[in-house]
Amino acid sequence: MHVSREGGFYMGKILTRMGDGTLTEMDEAEVERDLEEGTRDAAEKAEVSPLSEDELKHLFEIFTTPAKFASVELGNEVVLSFDGGTIKTRRLGVATGRIQAIQFFERALGADTMELAHIDYSYKQIKPIAGDEQPVLEQALLVSTVPLFYGAMPNLGIYSQPDGPVPNPAELLPQGKIKEAQASNEEAVEYAIKDMVYVATKMHESGADGINFDTTGAAGDPDFLATLRATKILKEKYPDMCIELGMAGEFILGMHGEMSYEGVRLAGLYPHEQVKLAQKAGVTIFGPVVNTSTSHSCAWNLARALTLLKPCVENSTIPIHANVGMGVGSVPVVDNPPTDVVSKVSKALVEITRLDGL
Amino acid sequence: MAVTHAIAAGMGGMRAAGDLVARMQMSRGMKIREAKAYVAEKLGVSPLELSDPVIMNEVRQDLRLGMVRDLPGMAKGIESKFRIRELLGIEINCVKRFRERSGLGA
Repeated sequence: MHVSREGGFYMGKILTRMGDGTLTEMDEAEVERDLEEGTRDAAEKAEVSPLSEDELKHLFEIFTTPAKFASVELGNEVVLSFDGGTIKTRRLGVATGRIQAIQFFERALGADTMELAHIDYSYKQIKPIAGDEQPVLEQALLVSTVPLFYGAMPNLGIYSQPDGPVPNPAELLPQGKIKEAQASNEEAVEYAIKDMVYVATKMHESGADGINFDTTGAAGDPDFLATLRATKILKEKYPDMCIELGMAGEFILGMHGEMSYEGVRLAGLYPHEQVKLAQKAGVTIFGPVVNTSTSHSCAWNLARALTLLKPCVENSTIPIHANVGMGVGSVPVVDNPPTDVVSKVSKALVEITRLDGL
Repeated sequence: MAVTHAIAAGMGGMRAAGDLVARMQMSRGMKIREAKAYVAEKLGVSPLELSDPVIMNEVRQDLRLGMVRDLPGMAKGIESKFRIRELLGIEINCVKRFRERSGLGA
């Protein structure tokens, strides 16, 4: 029995949500159909196995519970990392400093780890102010107990003109200047590596517990390549450095198209393939992404996300923290993601993929 | 949203032992089950109890690992991380830097 939008009770109808967060009513057959189509879509695209009958049944049970909140069973909890960290309070307009934000997350919000971040969240932008960021990090480390990352984005998009030094590939490609666009991307990779290594080095020497390369791959294969190479350089320099590499999207866009790492072409890689390269580069924690489709139900999205994430966990020897912020991991694309569906995402990801964190 | 995930699936951070398990993932690359088993063994509790805020509050108070409740005389911030480093047998970057800068030695 379920509650309708009007507040009445009736059999067979499930109040759930679309990928844009809006409420929708589906019957049990429709939920089953969306779960099956979601897993089939992911399996075909990434060439992985679909969810098993038992997994779909478990997912159906999670999805059809009328409770407002779902959770993992006691003892099955995982570690949470907080990409963006202190940016979150800044976005809310809360008038507090970043060190106080870290203390709130640590003391009041049950954060297992936390991240110091600048509102201009790109390594290129942090480089000239690294000397001002370090003392904030050093003070934060004195007054906090939970592990503290310093994070930002590789963000190769801002290395092209007019924001950056290299010719803009997005202007060259429509002119048919393929080689020139590729050369521009290759030049941007070198600039980005220098910035990431510089900032990560400074923050490590200030005492950071970890470095987060967040939303990696946002500018496609050059973005991913730069981050893998920066990781390798840093791990050779500091073997004990913790590096978390979180992705921007579910597969690598071929903005260059022919870039490779360790002999593997980067364009078109899905999470279970991305993680292998991340491990080779020396990444400590990998954060895969599956994009949420606003025009499909959360059931479809979640089945799809699980299908892509499960082989990523199975293929890894390092901890996997799946991205489950707004618009990824089947969390709806909406500023205030509803608790009912977000908690079901948490439960399903942990129980079905057996990942190590979120 | 982050709070929703923390309640639905998180270890509770300093309310329990989430930060300690996280440190084993970060310093040794341990998967969740291995990290929990390691921390549980060091604390003398079961893996299930690592997420229990009642038990862990007592354990953290006894071992001075830092607590959510700010009690007088208890280890806080960097002080508690000295003890976490010792207990878990891992290097903690900011503790190492603290020792260097304050002249305590490596």
